Amino acid sequence: MPADGVTVRNSLTPRAAAELVPDGATLMIGGFMGVGTPNRMIDALVARGVRDLTVIANDTARPGVGIGKLISAGAVSRAIVSHIGTNPETQRAMLAGAIEVTLVPQGTLAERVRAGGSGLGGVLTATGLGTVVAEGKTVVKIGGREFLVEEALRATVALVAARSADYAGNLVYSLTARNFNPLMAMAADTVIAEPNEIVPVGVLAPDVIHTPGVLIDHVVERPLPL
Amino acid sequence: MDFRDRIARRVARELQDNTLVNLGIGLPTLVARCVPPGLRVYFQSENGIIGFGARPPEGMEDIHLTDAGGAFVSALPGAAAFDSAMSFALIRGGHLDMTVLGGLQVDRHGRLANWMIPGQLIPGMGGAMDLVGGARRVIVAMTHTQKGTPKIVPDLTLPATSLRPATLIVTEMAVIEPGPDGLILRERAPGVSIDAVRRATAADLLVAGDIPEMEF
Repeated sequence: MPADGVTVRNSLTPRAAAELVPDGATLMIGGFMGVGTPNRMIDALVARGVRDLTVIANDTARPGVGIGKLISAGAVSRAIVSHIGTNPETQRAMLAGAIEVTLVPQGTLAERVRAGGSGLGGVLTATGLGTVVAEGKTVVKIGGREFLVEEALRATVALVAARSADYAGNLVYSLTARNFNPLMAMAADTVIAEPNEIVPVGVLAPDVIHTPGVLIDHVVERPLPL
Repeated sequence: MDFRDRIARRVARELQDNTLVNLGIGLPTLVARCVPPGLRVYFQSENGIIGFGARPPEGMEDIHLTDAGGAFVSALPGAAAFDSAMSFALIRGGHLDMTVLGGLQVDRHGRLANWMIPGQLIPGMGGAMDLVGGARRVIVAMTHTQKGTPKIVPDLTLPATSLRPATLIVTEMAVIEPGPDGLILRERAPGVSIDAVRRATAADLLVAGDIPEMEF
């Protein structure tokens, strides 16, 4: 037994975790071109045959990689992303009308997710002013400068990938695999973390934790049988 | 030296010591290989690192350490990793000294279009809109024409990346600086005449005095 007072999370199989993502859900998925994406969860979602997802993510990676697998499987109806240039399948599906793609400037996407997890209604940014991104959006003036009002984003479920989790769900990310993960871990009703390793409480020192465990609802079990 | 290397080497002459620089995907990435000796330049990759270095030896790649194009990189001494909110706060908050981006079109004001061709190619803007709006200096590194069609045009026919003009445009034929009165021809490639640059440019160019040749 771990020390008193620590809430120990039960780990879920990827398959059990995939059951927590209903068809039609708005799903945030961490990662940047597949780096820092929870791949075992994505495989389990494809295996389950999930449908009609609205995916909020930086990009749709490449065919066969990360979120690209969900695109190939026809699981995604809407995508709110900053970039689809590396996935021709997403571009084809968008042009054919099979997937509704909303392109959001990357920094604006990050801030909208952050706002969603921080109790803010949105953010004000100059990015996108005067471009197609500004169409239909409110412009406000502060200190003589114009800003676009960009609304907060939240999701039903967020899937985040981490290098390490401890039994309490505290997360540490690695290098450029961090990207959108800590932001998304705050912006969904249910947050599922897929770590590469799960270590006893105390192995990860308080100062190094990127995402406090209280934000994590479920931890996916370690990758491989010993 | 092919034309891409020439563009990258000329852009690299714009690098200054002890600055934070973001390189876009594609041609701009080549600039990292051309840093003049003695300069310490911190390269940011918007997926969340300052201080990335060359691709590691075969078999030593870390799946958690790539550049914004998804290519494996290494981390130099002093590197720092962070999340996407921090990465773009650096970009928009005035902390980024320079960005180098590719271009599909630039107009007579120096405004850039580089994120979509309606109905044909829709990569998305990624970080480009934030970078053009937020970096202190915005350098467009691109070929002068697309299969003979000028990319420097009076008015954009493609969706703009930002209303903010670029600081400098570097092509294999010329260096052009957007100014309040239009595009100023600053340099021409060795052996390329002013007329040749003009013929390859659909927008008007302001030419005053001798135009020196580009140095690589």
